[in-house]
Amino acid sequence: MIATKLSLADVHAGDTLPELAYDVTATTVVLGALAARDWRPMHHDHDFAVNRNGTKDIFLNTPNQAAWFERYLTDWSGPKGRLGRMKFRMKGSVFPGDRMVLAGTVEDVTTDEGGCGWVTVLVRLTVDGDLKTDCTARIALPVTDDDNPWTRRGDQWRP
Amino acid sequence: MSTTVPADVEALIDKVQYEEEGEFPVERGYIYTSCASVENGNPLFWDDAVAAEITNGPIAMPTMLSVWFRPHHWAPNRTHEALPLQVHFDLKEQFGLPEAVMTDNTIVFYEPVRPGDRLKTRQILRSVSEEKTTKLGTGRFWVIDVEYLNQRDELVGVESYTGFGYRRDDA
Repeated sequence: MIATKLSLADVHAGDTLPELAYDVTATTVVLGALAARDWRPMHHDHDFAVNRNGTKDIFLNTPNQAAWFERYLTDWSGPKGRLGRMKFRMKGSVFPGDRMVLAGTVEDVTTDEGGCGWVTVLVRLTVDGDLKTDCTARIALPVTDDDNPWTRRGDQWRP
Repeated sequence: MSTTVPADVEALIDKVQYEEEGEFPVERGYIYTSCASVENGNPLFWDDAVAAEITNGPIAMPTMLSVWFRPHHWAPNRTHEALPLQVHFDLKEQFGLPEAVMTDNTIVFYEPVRPGDRLKTRQILRSVSEEKTTKLGTGRFWVIDVEYLNQRDELVGVESYTGFGYRRDDA
C-alpha cells in the first residue's frame, strides 16, 4: 500500500507550500527545451536570443515552466495528487544565472458534485523578488484514505 | 496601426485546423528526460509498482502533452520545415511579424497519457487582437487551442496558448 502524502482534510485555504529554490544554468534551459522537443533557437542559441529576440540570454521555454510547476505541486501533494488544470502567465523570462524561487499558497479547498476533492493553489515564480510567472493550478487530492483521484473518469472527473 | 482583423483571418476563428497524429508513440525515454529536466522524483514515473497501484500502470507527466506532437527537427524526404503549433507560425507570416513569444498558457488534463499511446491533435484559432505595442515591440496577440486525443479518441487534454507576434520597434 502506497502512503498518501496529503489528503483534502490536511489542506486549508491560506496554507503555504514549502518554497523551492533552484539555480538556473544554461544546461537547465537547454535540457528543458530538448526534453520538450522544442528546437527553437532562443532556448539554446545565445546569439539568436540576444540579437534576434532582443532578450538578454537564452531563457526557459513554456513547456518546461509547466513541468517545473507540476514538479513543485506534486512534491507537495504526493503521487495521488492529480493535476486538473493549470493556467500560467509569463511576465518576464528566466535566464541562466537566475536563482528562481517557486512559492505557493492554497487559495481554495472544495469538493465537487462528483465527490472529487480539489485544491486551488497560486504559485509564484520569482527571481530576486521579481515575479516572472504566476500559475494557478487546480489539483485533486484524496478525500478519504481509500479515495484515489486517478481512478476518476468521465463525469467523475471535472477539471 | 491596424485596428481590424482581416476577413481571411477572421474566417479561421473557431475552425479546426491541422488535425495531425504524432510522429511517434509516447515513450518512456522522453518521460525520464522530462522528469530529469526538472528533477521530478514523483514515483509514478520511476517506480512501476507505485504506478501500478495508483495509475493502473505507467503514465507520462501530464504537462508533457505538447511533447508528443512536436515534429522531429529533421526527417527523410521532408520537403518543408515542420513546425509545431502551425497556426501560430501562419499568423506570424500573415501579419509579417518576425518575432513571437508565448505569454499565457492554460492546460486542462483529462485521461492520463501512457507509454505506447499515439496522440492526435487539432488546432483551433480562438481570437486575434488589434495591433498593440509592448516593451518587446508592436504586433498582435492571438489565442490558439490545441486539443489532444488518444488512439481511442478519448480526450487527454486541451492546451490554450496566448502568443504575441511582434516586430521590434528598434529594428
